[in-house]
Amino acid sequence: MKRFLAKTYIWILLILLYTPLILIAVFSFTESKVLGSWTGFSTRLYENLFTGRIQGSATLLSAVENTLLIALVSAAVAMLLGTVAAIGIFNLQGRKRRVVSFLNNIPMINPDVITGVSLFLLFIFLHFSQGYLTVILAHISFGTPYVVLSVLPKLQQMNPNVYEAALDLGATPVQALRKVLIPQLRPGMVSGFILAFTMSLDDFAVTFFTRGTIGLETLSTYIYADARKGGLTPELRALMTLIFLIILILLIVINVRQAKMNKDKE
Amino acid sequence: MKRSHWSIPYVVFMAIFVVLPLVLVMVYAFQDGTGHFTLANITRFFTDADALTTFAVSLEIAIENTLICILLGYPAAWILANKDLNRSAITIILFIMPMWINALMRTLATAEIFNMLGIRLGKGTLLFGMVYDYLPFMIYPIYNVLAKMDKSYQEAAQDLGATPWKVFWKVTVPLSMPGVWSGVLMVFMPTVSTFAISEFLTNNKIKLFGTIIQENINSSMWNYGAALAFFMLIIIGITTLFTGDQKEAEEALI
Repeated sequence: MKRFLAKTYIWILLILLYTPLILIAVFSFTESKVLGSWTGFSTRLYENLFTGRIQGSATLLSAVENTLLIALVSAAVAMLLGTVAAIGIFNLQGRKRRVVSFLNNIPMINPDVITGVSLFLLFIFLHFSQGYLTVILAHISFGTPYVVLSVLPKLQQMNPNVYEAALDLGATPVQALRKVLIPQLRPGMVSGFILAFTMSLDDFAVTFFTRGTIGLETLSTYIYADARKGGLTPELRALMTLIFLIILILLIVINVRQAKMNKDKE
Repeated sequence: MKRSHWSIPYVVFMAIFVVLPLVLVMVYAFQDGTGHFTLANITRFFTDADALTTFAVSLEIAIENTLICILLGYPAAWILANKDLNRSAITIILFIMPMWINALMRTLATAEIFNMLGIRLGKGTLLFGMVYDYLPFMIYPIYNVLAKMDKSYQEAAQDLGATPWKVFWKVTVPLSMPGVWSGVLMVFMPTVSTFAISEFLTNNKIKLFGTIIQENINSSMWNYGAALAFFMLIIIGITTLFTGDQKEAEEALI
């Protein structure tokens, strides 16, 4: 009985959560301009997406490119900066460590609008013209804390003597870093990268305030502008369905692999 | 070189891209357009009926949204973390996945559903849509804490004669509070400050605080916009004091 109630509750929540997404997916197979009116089955939206023949908006594909490029670059830089920083923070003590950890928490607690507005004011103040570079810098600033917090636990789990041992046995610091430190930190670095990457992909407000006036669009700013014009570009439904499927497959693959690895260990 | 020095590049980066911007918010908030000190932006807020109502409405909606997310999310997280009730990892994935889908797109689809059903957009739909958007962010940290929890505490309480109900309220809930607090951080602050979502879900009828900040900044009223952002910062300060032990709350996120 308890099991049944628990299962029902979970499924009701899931159905509620997924209704909008399923609706998008269903209506990605019809050509109608608005969601909710079915005008017959068609794969036109998908064809348009791949041929780039989208009515009145050649910028959708470039928005997708920009989103991915910004997310990749900012997450990669955040991973490097955050890993080095985590090693530093791990070796800090007392007050210094508390201050740096506190600073590291600020971007995570700050709502997007504050991060966006404050960085906007910074770039105005520095007379820095806004565009790709400012958006990427902004994304690095809110992505790096996640890398630091993912790498720190790995440093705690590590035997601190291994690195010293490598040095004593004649490895150069760079070799010790590459052969000893990084392999141990890699799981933390990867999950930090993934977190920073997804934060960047999903961001709207910070990009909105730091992209300047050069017409730089990411997927979020594109959708926002599109919706304010009234009515979404129908091809977005196809795009969202594809993104949804890719993420679903990725998550399942990762999970199955993890489950298999856990089994192998046993 | 000492290894603690490795933190220096990041500290410099944060000084420029985290600390200085926040200092600038305060500086701009207390300046007029020509760069002279003034309290006009601050007093303007307290005499601006529109801004004050928006402020109150935003707080109200954020509090309601957070409470609903806790009420709906805690049982879900508890069921997901309970091995007797849920054995599959897939259900957990399904709860986390919406976090990866563009929030604006999800919101627009939700608004579309209300249109299809003929429900008028307004406060009710705003709250409903907010819960939709933020529920996974409440479930995930609570689930994380519950799943990692050492079960021996509960078993000890049980052995000492506590009823299941007592074990839950006296042991499980207190131990899972870091997860709840980090969920509150991830739901409350974003709700107060969101701007696009409230526009879409109410057809521009209800403005949240984030929207008026954005409107002022976009129409080049930087100083007043900064003053509004400054008030927001004060709220963040109060919320983080409330959420108590920061470190534990953040560890629940990862």
